[in-house]
Amino acid sequence: MAEMECVFERPKSLLPVVTNYCPGCTHGIVERLVAECIDEFDREGETVGVVPVGCSVMAYDFFGCDMIEAAHGRAPAVATAVKRVFPDYLVFAYQGDGDLASIGMAETIHAATRGENITVIFINNAIYGMTGGQMAPTSLPHQVTQTSPYGRNPAYAGYPIRVCELLSSLDGVAYLERVTVDSPKNVRKAKKAIKRGFQNQVDKVGYSLIEVVSTCPTNWGMTPEESFAWMRENMLPYYPLGVYKDVQADGFANVAEAAAARAAACPMVSGYAEEA
Amino acid sequence: MSEKVLMKGNEALAEAAMLAGCRFFFGYPITPQTELAAYMSKHMPKREGVYLQAESEVAAINMVYGAAACGKRTMTSSSSPGISLKTEGISYLAGADLPAVIINVQRGGPGLGSIQPSQSDYWQATRAMGHGDFFLPVYAPSTVQEMADLAYAAFDVADTYRTPVVILADGMLGQMMEPVVMPAERALDDLPAKSWATDGTHGKRPHNVVNSLFLDADALNAKNRERFERYAQIERNEVRVEEYLVDDADIVVVAFGAAARIARSAINDARAKGIKVGLIRPITLWPYPKEAIAACNAQAFLVVEMNMGQMVEDVQLAVNGAAPVEFFGRAGGVIPRPDEVLAQIEALNERLGD
Amino acid sequence: MQGRVVIDEGFCKGCGICVGVCPQSILKLDMDTITPKGYHPATCIDEDACTGCATCALMCPDVAITVYREVRA
Repeated sequence: MAEMECVFERPKSLLPVVTNYCPGCTHGIVERLVAECIDEFDREGETVGVVPVGCSVMAYDFFGCDMIEAAHGRAPAVATAVKRVFPDYLVFAYQGDGDLASIGMAETIHAATRGENITVIFINNAIYGMTGGQMAPTSLPHQVTQTSPYGRNPAYAGYPIRVCELLSSLDGVAYLERVTVDSPKNVRKAKKAIKRGFQNQVDKVGYSLIEVVSTCPTNWGMTPEESFAWMRENMLPYYPLGVYKDVQADGFANVAEAAAARAAACPMVSGYAEEA
Repeated sequence: MSEKVLMKGNEALAEAAMLAGCRFFFGYPITPQTELAAYMSKHMPKREGVYLQAESEVAAINMVYGAAACGKRTMTSSSSPGISLKTEGISYLAGADLPAVIINVQRGGPGLGSIQPSQSDYWQATRAMGHGDFFLPVYAPSTVQEMADLAYAAFDVADTYRTPVVILADGMLGQMMEPVVMPAERALDDLPAKSWATDGTHGKRPHNVVNSLFLDADALNAKNRERFERYAQIERNEVRVEEYLVDDADIVVVAFGAAARIARSAINDARAKGIKVGLIRPITLWPYPKEAIAACNAQAFLVVEMNMGQMVEDVQLAVNGAAPVEFFGRAGGVIPRPDEVLAQIEALNERLGD
Repeated sequence: MQGRVVIDEGFCKGCGICVGVCPQSILKLDMDTITPKGYHPATCIDEDACTGCATCALMCPDVAITVYREVRA
């Protein structure tokens, strides 16, 4: 018999723990990708993860690096402090849509605009999963949830927030990409985006956020495969995949250079640059 | 820095915190504590520390949570309305057993209240700094020197018992200038080991998790019981109180912080008039100096506060019915005058003579 | 046999994602087995046909699949 080699196994940074996630939940795929990146940088011992409130609240048990469980929405503030304490560590925040885009929006925007050298993994599945399927800040117009039983009516429930588009105007942001994990090809792309987010920390480029358009089979009331199909049909047109900001692709080494160029006409900025 | 220098109370808090080894300060502007943050912003960079103006008090306290989780001495400061915003994070600090120092330079409340000095966060500080079963040590300085000394000591208490600690000052103490002798720079090599800190496994230990979530009810029950055993130790070891002329006192005034300064003037005036009156000044508001109050042989107690009488019940519990407990206070940012307190003492003394 | 998958029934939650993505169509949920957690686990029904492409593992949300591939000389 031919000799066999292992070509796929659990990443070292992902502890052998059975998760609390429902069958088919994409959290497990994304967390594995994060762990693979930590392994590939060989920095598990110098990585600190910050996890949210929501379905991934227990993710502190899943990663092998040091972990902090933050209050609802506050992961960017906690991660900011961790990065200020350990500027050379890899620091990531892992957050869902309610945590990041509703209760924690102020922390999200300000960590981004400060250009904190952290990587934020944003799981957008258009629903509050842990509490049983309520309307999220990213729930689609007319989407039926437990708290929008007649469908989200924008006339009184407002419109969803497109997080990548919103953050793309901020000078502290180095990299924004929206990905999904519904197919092997897209999982590979998501991995590449997450790895780029971590690489930006190493290179001290600025704030990176990877939005993963995800599913919630349980609260959507579908099988995992049906969920992927619903997501492709309904979510991706509202939340188009792609890179929303990349200061390096724009020809800058980091957010400081990009911000200075953008505001070159402002004497407060250009004068300071001449001094420095 | 061992010579006397003239400093504002808010600046003394900041300087002492840095001398105690605090290198991570997260704040948000609010009157009347702003000089503290301004002092930090000026001096932290010179000490290779971090001053970060957060987007809100909520973010600031969660940054404190992050820096404390990493095992660093860290602090935030605010004033009453801002402290209310921080209480969520303070509950998480308590729930995750994280050491940190929180300074409240109180102003009048409730709501937006006033920006004048007040002591109206006594109940909040001693009873309700967030949801859940927990206490935290609360220090009440009454001089600029004590602002420095207590801020300095607070970090050691926080580390020893793995708890957030509150300095409950007020706008009067924060804004006033007095001579102060700063403590020496704290050597940090003898701090309690922080084996729980999320400072990186370096591949040498299983991961640390800083967390306040316990889905198992029995586990949370056990955790709370363990924490209350620590609180019992704090009650045994950390009570601080000043007694002034209480040995022969017929009347004992109980007052803390700025109100105690006013009460002391009134007591001196009353003594000059032959009235036997003394002062109990709780320096720790939790743990409360119950024994010092219970040990008084006074015929009556007079609680003087810059609020509507929030400490009265603690005095009544300590006195336990042995003598009447009366109250005089001003609220909303009005500071009681020594002659008003003296008049209260004289009136009480007359009633005792009847 | 070019490849081999090992599915850990302690982790598999029977979500079926691997079944749908396997290019060889050789994975199915084993309806005769119930895991300790109460799921019908995925299983390989034709081990000889496995190419060791790892598509199943790439998509598995529970990291239940380890993949081996023949070493080519």
